[in-house]
Amino acid sequence: MAGRALYDKLWDAHVVRSDADGTAFLYIDRHLVHEVTSPQAFEGLRIASRPVWRVDSVLATPDHNVPTDGRARGIADPVSRVQVETLDQNCQEFGLTEFGMSDVRQGIVHVIGPEQGATLPGMTVVCGDSHTSTHGAFGALAFGIGTSEVEHVLATQCLIQKKSRAMLVRVNGSLGAGVTAKDVVLAIIGRIGTAGGTGYAIEFGGAAIQSLSVEGRMTVCNMAIEAGARAGMVAVDQKTIDYFHGRPYAPTGEMWTRAVAAWRDLQSDADAVFDHIVELDGSSIAPQVTWGTSPEMVVPIMARVPDPAQETNAVKREGMRAALKYMGLEANTPIAQIAVDKVFIGSCTNSRIEDLRAAAAVIQGRRIANNIKLAMVVPGSGLVKQQAEKEGLDKLFSAAGFEWREPGCSMCLAMNADRLEPGERCASTSNRNFEGRQGAGGRTHLVSPAMAAAAAIAGHFVDVRNF
Amino acid sequence: MKPFTRHTGIVAPLDRPNVDTDAIIPKQFLKSIKRSGFGPNLFDEWRYLDRGEPGIDNSKRPLNPEFVLNQARYQGASILLARENFGCGSSREHAPWALEDFGFRAIIAPSYADIFYNNCFKNGVLPIVLDAAVVGELFKEIVTHPGYRLTIDLHTQKVSTPSGKEYSFAVDAFRKHCLLNGLDDIGLTLQHVDAIRAYEQQRRVVAPWLFKS
Repeated sequence: MAGRALYDKLWDAHVVRSDADGTAFLYIDRHLVHEVTSPQAFEGLRIASRPVWRVDSVLATPDHNVPTDGRARGIADPVSRVQVETLDQNCQEFGLTEFGMSDVRQGIVHVIGPEQGATLPGMTVVCGDSHTSTHGAFGALAFGIGTSEVEHVLATQCLIQKKSRAMLVRVNGSLGAGVTAKDVVLAIIGRIGTAGGTGYAIEFGGAAIQSLSVEGRMTVCNMAIEAGARAGMVAVDQKTIDYFHGRPYAPTGEMWTRAVAAWRDLQSDADAVFDHIVELDGSSIAPQVTWGTSPEMVVPIMARVPDPAQETNAVKREGMRAALKYMGLEANTPIAQIAVDKVFIGSCTNSRIEDLRAAAAVIQGRRIANNIKLAMVVPGSGLVKQQAEKEGLDKLFSAAGFEWREPGCSMCLAMNADRLEPGERCASTSNRNFEGRQGAGGRTHLVSPAMAAAAAIAGHFVDVRNF
Repeated sequence: MKPFTRHTGIVAPLDRPNVDTDAIIPKQFLKSIKRSGFGPNLFDEWRYLDRGEPGIDNSKRPLNPEFVLNQARYQGASILLARENFGCGSSREHAPWALEDFGFRAIIAPSYADIFYNNCFKNGVLPIVLDAAVVGELFKEIVTHPGYRLTIDLHTQKVSTPSGKEYSFAVDAFRKHCLLNGLDDIGLTLQHVDAIRAYEQQRRVVAPWLFKS
């Protein structure tokens, strides 16, 4: 019998029952809940008089709508306020654990899950949010679901699923100085495209992935969905295990020893079979910048904006033209000549302590350029914020002219008050450069935290390796 | 959920690849705690010339005359023809809610993002995959035939054109069963309560650290 991939192991361990055609009930260990995709699910439970199947599997927090400044004043937008209050009420009514807006443990669901040890290796983790793939960085099977499925998991602890195909993305070699996890995942998406992973669960492996910290691996898995894959994952190693030791929800004592023994098996067997394998040379990856309105529209910082006239596929060519028009860019413009208006450091992709440290190292002792209207840092959680302040990073950012904010999703999707105005151009550490994503008419360029910080100082994109 | 059996309707062509869920229903409308009423804000940024916000009267907003759904010949459309990777991006079920609320019963495209595809079936919207070349043909036919309609039969899994051409499509047997009968799958899952409990009992033994008590 052929060996099993990590995905096979995680899948097999969670099948409750399956039909002849492969449709299976998959058991869910951890259900993360936020305010945007859950109200209709709770309403569904109420209408059908159904209880929550396993209360201790749920962890909730508001993140999308929360303000990132003046939080003591509450939420000014009445519609946002009702949504956050509805989450509070639902958690109370159904007896669920919630880190409310004033709790120091509040933050972006995908940051707080691992931070608390509420995400653990070997788990199935779901959330009504596509970036749930983040948690796969710890050898977990994690993916986003819709609101009907949120209700289904609340009511039954299961999802009805068919197994995806397995893809291995192997990043060989070592990364150059100034090249980060964000650059790696953008380079992968640039290679396979935003639909390249559709129908697959992607395992990220190879020396370059192994060399990343667990936080870096989270950044890579976070954007698996931008490559079309619902789930991304990385095998467990000593770094994974060390990360969880002593976290509030992690096991302790004898239970810790037993858990660690089980976690060590969470990697693909040497003879595992994948449906598709993609290989990249890590040493050839440069810092990346997106130029268009899809994450696959990405080039290295030294490159120029691509010319649609060179594209042979007609549908793609029209897509490129529309993207350049929306982005207000001319073909063949050097990326390093593109000036930015705003800089956003945050989101579930890049708002953890290492991201903030990387950005702070670039700005240390410098000031943001005169053309920058706003540069903001939004930590991923209250605890990340606390840690950063302990290290004095907040003072470094403030001295450089950045605004230091409260944790939440913020300008990644602009559901709260943080947004771009029409035509404004942003260097953003978030995950989606879709039209209007950061505000109607806003123009987003996805970059790493170090590249965003360098753009804030220079006023335009710049190669952080020579900065 | 409204069952889907056989449907004939006007087809609206949305000719661009990678239409994401932020485009289908922009984030400001996700603040609603309801499941209905998203139709007027479907494709909001393309459909209107001003900026949409929740609570404003959409009937008074300036329409973008160039957007396909605003053109006279596509009024009353209930089938959306789209390109590759339709519905990519976020998991928001508000996207199929908005499509359904607007009046779309089916979508035809060469490919979809996984989560969106799945969400459609939970809301009585049938996402049909046809070969990119066939989709390209349909785009051409629509442009030259005002009032172009297609008939979709879920029983026989066929799309038929006015000229009598038929295209077969694949659909998962369980999803087809649920859609044909308008079934709530939570009820179906709860018929297997014993299997879930048995699994849970075994899991408590194998991985007790995953349970609080």
